[in-house]
Amino acid sequence: MGLRSYIITRLLLTIPMIMLLLSIVFLIVRVLPGDPVLLHFEKFGTPEAIAEMRHNLGLDKPLVVQYFEYLAGLLRGDFGKSMQDYSSVGQQVFSAFPATLELAIFSMFIAVVLGVLLGVRAAKTYNSVQDHSLRAFGIITYAIPVFFLGMIFQLIFGIYLHWLPTGGRIFPTMQPSGLTIGSLHFSTGLYTIDSLLEGNLYKFGQALRYLALPSLTLGLVLCGIFLRLTRTNMLETLRHDYVSAARARGLREGTVTYGYALRTAFLPVLTMMGLQFATLLGGAILTETTFSWPGLGRYIVDRINFRDYTAIQGAVVFFGILVAFVSLAVDILYAFLDPRIRL
Amino acid sequence: MKKIRRGILGRLIPGLSSLTKRGAAGWITIIGLVLVVSIVLMTLLAPWISPHNPIAIDSTHVASPPSAEYPLGTNQVGQDMLSRLFWGGGTMLQVALLSVLICVMIGLPIGLLSSYAGGNLDKASSLVMDSIYAFPGLVLAIAIAATLGRGVVNMAISIGVVYVPSYFRVVRSQVLTIKELTYTEAAKAAGARRRTILGRYILPNVLPSVVVVATVNFADAILTAAGLTFIGLGVEKSIPDWGYDLTDGRALLASGAWWVITFPGIMIVLLALGFTLIGEGLSEILNPRLEQ
Repeated sequence: MGLRSYIITRLLLTIPMIMLLLSIVFLIVRVLPGDPVLLHFEKFGTPEAIAEMRHNLGLDKPLVVQYFEYLAGLLRGDFGKSMQDYSSVGQQVFSAFPATLELAIFSMFIAVVLGVLLGVRAAKTYNSVQDHSLRAFGIITYAIPVFFLGMIFQLIFGIYLHWLPTGGRIFPTMQPSGLTIGSLHFSTGLYTIDSLLEGNLYKFGQALRYLALPSLTLGLVLCGIFLRLTRTNMLETLRHDYVSAARARGLREGTVTYGYALRTAFLPVLTMMGLQFATLLGGAILTETTFSWPGLGRYIVDRINFRDYTAIQGAVVFFGILVAFVSLAVDILYAFLDPRIRL
Repeated sequence: MKKIRRGILGRLIPGLSSLTKRGAAGWITIIGLVLVVSIVLMTLLAPWISPHNPIAIDSTHVASPPSAEYPLGTNQVGQDMLSRLFWGGGTMLQVALLSVLICVMIGLPIGLLSSYAGGNLDKASSLVMDSIYAFPGLVLAIAIAATLGRGVVNMAISIGVVYVPSYFRVVRSQVLTIKELTYTEAAKAAGARRRTILGRYILPNVLPSVVVVATVNFADAILTAAGLTFIGLGVEKSIPDWGYDLTDGRALLASGAWWVITFPGIMIVLLALGFTLIGEGLSEILNPRLEQ
């Protein structure tokens, strides 16, 4: 199978997967016992108010009709209406997304760099005290609730040491504007990139300062899995003949480790990055809440507090579609890098 | 002295003494077991060992740091953090236990039946399970918990559903291997019924892996339960709970009140760590090739 037909097959497989995901979310929200409208009003809604909301949200129609309206809406990019003010959930989700994306990118970067470096260290010092402590570190990071770690960091670096801000994305008056050429305006919503496009290095530094604690928190919690994976793979590759051969040729140990062994050991890390993306998003919800980071996670938690169930559903659907596309992208990237996959 | 103690422990818990002969993996399992058992005991004994009523309010000691009267300090309404620490694991343990039971009860039979039967049933259930598996666990749990409303059972269901695919996948991969082994083939050739083959030949060989997944899953369930509580989908607020204490402590953070979050947080870490270690140790013992 060539690369192109692999991509097409993979794309076609994504469609039933997304359909299933959407149906699962629909089933959960509409078919499970528990009525979102009743929950929304708690015990205080009059029958008229309840009926009115059901009608406005289209929840009084037969389930099958609701299901198809829901799918048709999603095709148009319509993620439903908020129970609170009937505003478009899609718009709010899209405007909150860049903040989550920026946090996710930086956290993933920290998790991979830290995990891979420590994993290599552990493999190189196999069975030593250092190896064991690194493994213990990996296990402990797995057991820490991300919001607990976040609060500890806020306490130490923000409240006691005053080194870094403990919440928000940037000082409100400093939002970077992106690139403006004449009347044309371009911005990504990622503050680090927008500040660079604007050419404002000070804002860039500020954006990084605000990113530091949340992304370090989330990155640390995720790095254990990369540490463990790199360690196992490195232990295996370091035993290969080509590594011994490189060493015998008198190459420096650093070149052998990073240039030869790690290169092979890195491919599974790439797959893991794709698989961990879902975990990352889950962690982002909690991290955003901890650090008042105005992304999708905060949006969901906000909506939970307003008992705005249709908005929660819309945001959950968005998460699902996002994950499906990321795993698609990772698989395609992987096929580029490792021709065996396409066989 | 040491020998005697080990003997007693070994008699109390059959199998524990054999763990000490398993090297590092055995000791990891034991450390995990000790952690979990002591936390469970502490929670069960809470009514007798707590110095104060965990929900009693002392308005003269609001958010006060650790002292002789309140060894772990008090929270923002003046409740004793030590007593809340003793009591606070109850909800989490119940939710975790219940959700793991739900997972096993759904994941195990579906995995056994569909992968043994193969064909379209297997394909369909794999596709559904893979879709759930791909979904961010916490996000899905949020969707379910938000729909079902509060309560221990509802929380356990929302966490349980999320982790069913982990069991399904493990069971499936094992069944696919065992199904092809000679002794299963022989049983089939001898005319054993499908129920006999599944129950007597395949199930016993699948169970060890299910136990490993379940212990690791305990840790996930605890962390997810804490996460759900943190974002406001936990159980009743009147019940002392580490998740709630952590969440409430957030409001006090700016004043530097470290004790309100630190102790409940450490308890959650220890509990999750205990289960992770048991899972880690057991999987190494049951599958020694994994670590090599």
